[in-house]
Amino acid sequence: MNSLEIKNLAVEVAGKAILEDFSLTIPKGEVHALMGPNGTGKSTLAKALAGHEDYEIASGEVLLDGQNIVGMEPDEIARAGLFLAFQYPSEITGVSIANFIRAALQSRQEEGEEFVATAYYKDLYAKMDALKMDRSFTSRSVNEGFSGGEKKRCEILQMMMLEPAYAIMDETDSGLDIDALKIVAEGVEQQRGPDRGFLVITHYQRLLNYIVPDKVHVMWEGKIVQSGGKELAMELEEKGYDWVKETYASAS
Amino acid sequence: MTLEVVTEEKQSNSILNSESFDSFLDKIEQKALRQKAWKAFQGTPMPTRKDECWRFANLSDLDLDRFCRMPRMSEQSEAALVERSEYLHGISGKMIFADDNWVSTEPLSEQLQSQGVRFLSLKEAFAQLPDLMCEHFMKELTQLGSDKFFALHGAYTTSGAVLYVPKGVQIEEPFVVYHWLSQQGAAIFPHTLVVAEENAKVSLVDFYLSANEETSGFACGQSHVVAGDNANVFRKSIQYFNEQSTVFQVDTHTAGRDSQVRTVAVNLGGKRSRFENQLRMAGAGSNVEVYSLTVADESQEFDQRTLQVHQAPNTRSDLLYKNALLDKSRTIFSGLIRVEEEAQQTDAYQTNRNLILSDAAEASSLPGLEISANDVKCSHGATSSELDTASLFYMLSRGIKKEMAEELLVFGFFEEVIEKVESEELAENLRNMIREKFKRSNR
Repeated sequence: MNSLEIKNLAVEVAGKAILEDFSLTIPKGEVHALMGPNGTGKSTLAKALAGHEDYEIASGEVLLDGQNIVGMEPDEIARAGLFLAFQYPSEITGVSIANFIRAALQSRQEEGEEFVATAYYKDLYAKMDALKMDRSFTSRSVNEGFSGGEKKRCEILQMMMLEPAYAIMDETDSGLDIDALKIVAEGVEQQRGPDRGFLVITHYQRLLNYIVPDKVHVMWEGKIVQSGGKELAMELEEKGYDWVKETYASAS
Repeated sequence: MTLEVVTEEKQSNSILNSESFDSFLDKIEQKALRQKAWKAFQGTPMPTRKDECWRFANLSDLDLDRFCRMPRMSEQSEAALVERSEYLHGISGKMIFADDNWVSTEPLSEQLQSQGVRFLSLKEAFAQLPDLMCEHFMKELTQLGSDKFFALHGAYTTSGAVLYVPKGVQIEEPFVVYHWLSQQGAAIFPHTLVVAEENAKVSLVDFYLSANEETSGFACGQSHVVAGDNANVFRKSIQYFNEQSTVFQVDTHTAGRDSQVRTVAVNLGGKRSRFENQLRMAGAGSNVEVYSLTVADESQEFDQRTLQVHQAPNTRSDLLYKNALLDKSRTIFSGLIRVEEEAQQTDAYQTNRNLILSDAAEASSLPGLEISANDVKCSHGATSSELDTASLFYMLSRGIKKEMAEELLVFGFFEEVIEKVESEELAENLRNMIREKFKRSNR
């Protein structure tokens, strides 16, 4: 029950099968890394789990603490407890970060429940301080004119505010310099705990120097081909993705 | 709810009628001026959509003979409108007109008076500032097709404010003018003239409003801004007439050497509204910024024509027109940048963005450039799009409910212009007006 359980998932994009028979279980309290070369279906998995309409789940189940989220609307999935940190977060003109996160929190409230703005801002500022984000960010439009690092920090801030049961980090490290990477990793480390599971999707091993995973999975052509401990990431770094391709191309 | 059916018959005392013009003329000074304008009106043919300046415009069933000049309303009705003329506080002066009749003026502070600032009704200005009126009153002619309506305005206008700010006087707090349409069949001709001398700074807000939702009215307005050397003028206009109104508005601006002119227009009302906006960068180094936001619903039509004329070197103009379209509404944007030969090192930009929120809505865009100088930076662009699905998914993925996410995205589209008014009170009032409009349409 206390896990995000992906069972035999098949995902199609525009009629083309991208994931087939994909299974993975992330228990609460654990951080799993999903690694693999570009174009192998990592981001497709993230978008499909979040309920994007272009990613059609042809078969399989995704059980979030036992509740099947396949077929639910993206906002329902999010409120059920799944958070997706985007690889390329959208820029939302004219909507401030403060109003954006506020709307997300208000959407989670019961009808008639009061939103306490003072408590909200106190919480928001504390978390921004932890991420070394200037407070002036609250009034800036979401992601508009942000650097790569600022965008990713904004993703982590949202995750911290929304406190999801499970978070998928889709190539959060792409395009970050080492300082930004450390801050983002620290944010994730702070959020790590017995009540939360993480799926960290990455192309590079370097992120995993800062977010140490409990498990590492290697993905190739829509499937997990190998799983292991954190040392698997090191091995992958040494041997490179060509090794994955050579080993598994013949098998598939 | 019972709906009274308003009969829209030809009125014997309509504004188109020569006898009504003659009886108007009897009661007014500046007879020669008015007569000339009336003749021009009569001698100018009604435009048709075959005219380049009126492409896509709907000119059928205008029926201007439904509209008449109106007498003053009861004291009570006027007082009610005064009470509603409260959109902005912390202001330098306020003037209110209802159905073209002067209702009240909040006097200037002693300091402004002693500095020589004049904030007068049009009638007062003709009497007290004859030279200024002679020099500037309707001297900047329309080039965008509304000659006939411009002439009609010249014949009949009696309402609106004239604001004169002498050399070096800098005023932070805005002047505010309210133009109300109230009685059934009322025709109004609101006028605005702002003259800011060298190094002066001033801002003025015109509100164009309806007293109720039912009565049909006609507003034929004209405004002119004259920014002297190094002057700074900011004009804002908020048009929220009811959706029974027919609106023609011609705005003209002349920017002197090194002057800054900014305008923000928010247009929400009217059944059919035509806006012409002319910006003339006459002095070297002048900088003009023009923002407009229109929210169209039901079967509203907004017809927008703009002209940026660069006549001097090192001038800059930047124009952004944003339209959001709901239901069966239509917008037309036609913009022209003209850079004259002397206007080297000019930067001119023109952008029209349309957000289409209904399959039945229709936005037309006609951007244009006419460049005679060789060292200029110009760009123009027009886009029409629906709500961005990637942005929507991003918001949904945060758990924001779809309805709220869409509203945030739509209002985010407006915000780029709304924040330009640089007054939190006005910005919040504008957001509320737009929210009210959305609610009324049961969206």
